[in-house]
Amino acid sequence: MRPIDIASFASHSLQSSRTRTLLMMLAMSIGVGAVVVLTALGEGARLYVVNQFSSLGSNLVLVFPGRTETAGISPGMLLGQIPRELTMEDARALLKSRAVSRIAPMTIGSSEISYGPLNREVVVLGSTSDLLEVRHMELALGQFLPSTHEGEPVCVLGAKIRHELFGNASPIGKWVRLGDRRFRVIGVMGSQGESMGYNTDELVIVPVSAAHMLFNNSGLLRILVEAKSRDSIPRAKQDAESILLARHGERDVTVITQDAVLATFDRILRALTLAVGGIAAISLSVAGVLIMNVMLIAVSQRVKEIGLLKALGASSSGIRTLFFTEAALLSIAGSIAGLALGEAGVLTIAKAYPSLPVTAPWWAVLAAMGTALATGILFSVWPARRAARLDPVAALSGR
Amino acid sequence: MISLEHVSRSFAVGDQQVYALRDISLDIAAGDYVSLMGPSGSGKSTLLNLIGLLDRPSSGTYSLDGKDVTALNDEEQARVRSEKIGFVFQSFNLVPRLTAAMNIELPLILAGIPSGKRKARVEGLLKDYGLSDRADHRPDQLSGGQRQRVAIARATSMHPSILLADEPTGNLDQSTGREVIDLLEILTEQNVALILVTHDPAIGGRARRQLHMLDGRVIG
Ligand SMILES: Nc1ncnc2c1ncn2[C@@H]1O[C@H](COP(=O)(O)OP(=O)(O)O)[C@@H](O)[C@H]1O
Ligand SMILES: [Mg+2]
Repeated sequence: MRPIDIASFASHSLQSSRTRTLLMMLAMSIGVGAVVVLTALGEGARLYVVNQFSSLGSNLVLVFPGRTETAGISPGMLLGQIPRELTMEDARALLKSRAVSRIAPMTIGSSEISYGPLNREVVVLGSTSDLLEVRHMELALGQFLPSTHEGEPVCVLGAKIRHELFGNASPIGKWVRLGDRRFRVIGVMGSQGESMGYNTDELVIVPVSAAHMLFNNSGLLRILVEAKSRDSIPRAKQDAESILLARHGERDVTVITQDAVLATFDRILRALTLAVGGIAAISLSVAGVLIMNVMLIAVSQRVKEIGLLKALGASSSGIRTLFFTEAALLSIAGSIAGLALGEAGVLTIAKAYPSLPVTAPWWAVLAAMGTALATGILFSVWPARRAARLDPVAALSGR
Repeated sequence: MISLEHVSRSFAVGDQQVYALRDISLDIAAGDYVSLMGPSGSGKSTLLNLIGLLDRPSSGTYSLDGKDVTALNDEEQARVRSEKIGFVFQSFNLVPRLTAAMNIELPLILAGIPSGKRKARVEGLLKDYGLSDRADHRPDQLSGGQRQRVAIARATSMHPSILLADEPTGNLDQSTGREVIDLLEILTEQNVALILVTHDPAIGGRARRQLHMLDGRVIG
């Protein structure tokens, strides 16, 4: 038989048992679609986290108070001690490292902001002038925190806060009240949306010392350290550890690089994507078993036809090829339909959650199509062999 | 052309051997017209299937055109069936989902003949057998006589030298049966060897050579 005739004979017999063909295609396409959608979701989650981290700034090293041991618990924690605070002096000391270009301390609290009759709850971030550069933030109006006169009662408003309190009028130079203190507005942040759990649009940024006075505390939540270059990140991390060890007399801070955090998340989420993709692929092999079953039924329903084809000059291997081709065509059609189904699902999710960058990775699409084809063909080996081995005399007489 | 020597065919039924054919030696020449008669269960179909290479003898040799064909492998036997042998069955055995034209085309497709050549040959056959206006009908839209005509057209589409017909009139009324026999007899004038299994002595009596079977043996 010529290949084209094999294909058209196979597709003709698929078309003549329409319900069976459609059901098998459905099973196959649900499997493929599931792989596409689930891996797209996993990949979307991974990209989301990666983007969140990149928007934090580049070449960053983060310093947290307290020591997170990779193994075990620190003796201090066991005694119920609160870890020693990170102070502004600690932060400034980090600038001694030649690998460090800038630092930005952060302290966080929440307070009520009011202007005239209007008021709302806000998150207040205490920091220094370098935060703007370190965090790659943009200013919409006015100026950022001054690098001198750090004790001045000035503040920079998030885009949304400004809008709620001032509408379209310029807030520059106006006085707002935070808690029981008055602050002069000197700038407004550009709209940036969410980043690492803080929505900068709803922040009010004040000098560290003002934040300390406002919340009546003295420590820092963390210190952002910007290394001079990508290559000097490890050096900056080491320096930060040794400087703080010298100042505190013990290792009581945690220093991590942005890359390390990112790499961990990346690994975890990639593994997760693989896992859900794998589970969906297993559903494909269920589709394979279904195909085997239906093909076996097809063989037993077409015993007479198989006997006849042999009488008309088909060899056993010819019969095997015919049934094989049927399964292969079915798998190809099913996996293409599944791809369409999956992409439609991905589009729907992308519409519903615009902030999630969902796209099925190419390797997942290839793997899904490959698995579909492989299971379809693999699971038709047995039915095709059974068809090929039929004794033509018995087949023709229906015995 | 066909030469059987001491051919036996037995089947294992439980722990017993049932002999369908016992020590048959038979020669059939090209263009011969042979009728095969005998009671039910005497081995007629088994002999026909063996000659048609759908079955193998348990012992003895079968040579076709001077070549031992029982020694051929599956692929080679299929080729011989395709090129030299045509079958006509009692129950027509048309593929129900295929049209009359496609049923006739089937052996040509299986033999790998290119599409253009196939179409021309199928058209000729449809005309020869008076089926031109039935080309696109499926078997369930055809009468018994038309179905058997499609089956004969299909059996001859590869220009075989042997035509094996197992009770081809068994499912037809008398006059339609007679028409079918007429069509088959025309083929014997074109140097096709026809082996016709029948119950009907009136039909069997028309053959140039008449063989009777009983209990697995040819008794003359
Ligand atoms: N596959 C088989 N298994 C067991 N016995 C068979 C088989 N095929 C044929 N026979 C037996 O062989 C004998 C001849 O059968 P068959 O050739 O079909 O007879 P006929 O066509 O003359 O009616 C019968 O007794 C039948 O039961
Ligand atoms: Mg019989």
